[in-house]
Amino acid sequence: MSVEAVTGAAQESPAVPAGTAPAAPARGTGRRAALWALPPLIVVADFFCYPLALVVAQSFIAETGGPTLAVWADVVTSPEFGAGVARTVLIAVGAAAGCALIGTFLALVVSFAPFPGVRLVSGLVAVLPAVPGFLIVLSFTFLYGSAGALNALLGGSLDFLYTPWGVLLAEITLFTPFVMRPLVAAFGQIPRARLDVAASLGARPWRVLWQVVLPEVRPALAAATCLVLLMAANEFGIVLFIGAKDVVTLPVLVYTWGIVTFDYPAACVVAVVNVVLSLLLYGVYRWVLSGRGKRRARVDED
Amino acid sequence: MSAAPAIQLRGVGVDYGRKTALADLDLTVERGETLALLGPSGSGKSTALKAVAGFVRPSRGRVLLEGRDVTDLPPHQRGIGVVVQNYALFPHMSVAANVGFGLRARRAPRAEIRERVAEVLDLVGMSAFADRSPRQLSGGQQQRVAIARALAIRPAVLLLDEPLSALDAALREEMVGELLRLRAELPDTTIVHVTHDQSEALALAHRIAVMRDARLVDVGPAREMYRTPRTEFTAAFLGAANLLPVEVVEVDGEGGATVRLGDAIMRARVSGELDGRRRAVLGVRPQRVGVHAEGTGGLPARLLAAQWRGEVFRLDLRLDGAAHSGQEVRVRAEVASIEGLPPVGGRVALTVPDGCPLIADASPEEET
Ligand SMILES: Nc1ncnc2c1ncn2[C@@H]1O[C@H](COP(=O)(O)OP(=O)(O)OP(=O)(O)O)[C@@H](O)[C@H]1O
Ligand SMILES: [Mg+2]
Repeated sequence: MSVEAVTGAAQESPAVPAGTAPAAPARGTGRRAALWALPPLIVVADFFCYPLALVVAQSFIAETGGPTLAVWADVVTSPEFGAGVARTVLIAVGAAAGCALIGTFLALVVSFAPFPGVRLVSGLVAVLPAVPGFLIVLSFTFLYGSAGALNALLGGSLDFLYTPWGVLLAEITLFTPFVMRPLVAAFGQIPRARLDVAASLGARPWRVLWQVVLPEVRPALAAATCLVLLMAANEFGIVLFIGAKDVVTLPVLVYTWGIVTFDYPAACVVAVVNVVLSLLLYGVYRWVLSGRGKRRARVDED
Repeated sequence: MSAAPAIQLRGVGVDYGRKTALADLDLTVERGETLALLGPSGSGKSTALKAVAGFVRPSRGRVLLEGRDVTDLPPHQRGIGVVVQNYALFPHMSVAANVGFGLRARRAPRAEIRERVAEVLDLVGMSAFADRSPRQLSGGQQQRVAIARALAIRPAVLLLDEPLSALDAALREEMVGELLRLRAELPDTTIVHVTHDQSEALALAHRIAVMRDARLVDVGPAREMYRTPRTEFTAAFLGAANLLPVEVVEVDGEGGATVRLGDAIMRARVSGELDGRRRAVLGVRPQRVGVHAEGTGGLPARLLAAQWRGEVFRLDLRLDGAAHSGQEVRVRAEVASIEGLPPVGGRVALTVPDGCPLIADASPEEET
């Protein structure tokens, strides 16, 4: 239940893509607009706020039934928790960065280097999110696992699947389409003439890409990366399925403590931290993005 | 300075799949010359321009800039200034950054870039807008910025693809004046100006090239093309002329001819090759057609429609008794006043002045 609440948060937050400021409603329509906001607010309250409140409350209740901070103190000071936070952040940031890079590259190839079969490739990438995470992990096991195809070729020297790198690779594979798809759409929006004119002004393809194409898709890239960041911070299935022993992220910790060892209050603490961490990552990302956006604009001036 | 022409197209053809967008275009533009590329929509004007700029690779033929074959050079090595129809400003850069883009691509020193950007912005009267975003500019202002951006790299050749088509009529007038002033300040710059507006072409160009269905129909000095069009298409497109079927009565040796239209005899200037033909067409612009009350002499006609256009009335007429190959002859006229004319449907008398261009009738109906 707490895990669901956390993943629910992940899916809801990026509904407002970075960089697209919603237009402020005119004063006269303000009240009606507020009315429109009511249904989604009720849904959010029901499916997110209420369970979250329960989880938060649980984390402050001792086994005896009275209020306590002991659970928090115990959890926060435990080494598993510290390691879990670090792992979660590292894997989320790594997955987001990897997806941004690879997704951008793939989107560029699909959009600007049309080769035969390009539609097949983009179609395949498009269905990737429909594939359950465990299937990807399974295919990874067949490919890179200790008894997998690659190891059969290399003589068993490959051993990364059960490390954080394996998790990272699996998450990047699973989440890259979330970056690639919106980018392909964004690239398609750039008028051809703009690229032509940039080239006629003396810009080599590399400069056109860097100074004309990428800045224009920055909002799309930011929103997509944000989404991946949040999904990766809350990813549970892949980590569990790979079964890497030392890759214990916060969602896995919630699962272990809440379901396996029945330490429900401790699991609630971790769940709350996971939610806060997600929101924090999101906030930091937005902040970094807007800061860099401003600096970039200034550099362009001279 | 090389003596070679600024632009030479030698048999340039462009195919998009099975569709030929440009068919074997031969065209030369001299240094410092302004050439207008005129033609209806889809006639291949933009495609010709793209071939010069390097945005499309010709399927056939060669493109030469100042005598150098650039057919295989990518656009960024051609050094041509291009302004496209919707300006294609970079939306995430300020006006100044847009204008400086080409110089930054050339790795010019910062101080030089700043100076040159200020200079060209001043040239197009946009200095006050240097820090604005393109989104905050009107159409005319965007157009000036696009021109400034193209000029910043000091191109020897400036290609303008319908630069005024997105502007309203009044602003277009004003911008034609601006372009004329700009041309005077840059006498060495070769300009190819694509338009489908004939008045724009006449105002700006030294020479006009008329295109139709992916082909070059006609090319010549602007005034000559207007006054003595060699083809029906040019006459109709460049001056919106009526093409009246006439009988050639006599051709003298000095470019004059006597023609008969219905019962009227008039003098004409031979402007296309007649090859001894007896039938030809007379190009008569609507402004030159006289419309009078019936019975004042002239060709009998019927008034079909009248439109008030402010300065002028635009009249639609049908000539009586001048049916040509079984088709009725329609005439468009523009007159300052309709005083004394009957209401629509009434009979009037038409006059056609002497000295209109006489063009060989190339229409295929002629043979039947
Ligand atoms: N990328 C393309 N793919 C296929 N056909 C094209 C392409 N670009 C142009 N064409 C076709 O080539 C022909 C010439 O197009 P072009 O753009 O040169 O016309 P144009 O004279 O500039 O017309 P307009 O005045 O409307 O701009 C048109 O019939 C057009 O449909
Ligand atoms: Mg065009």
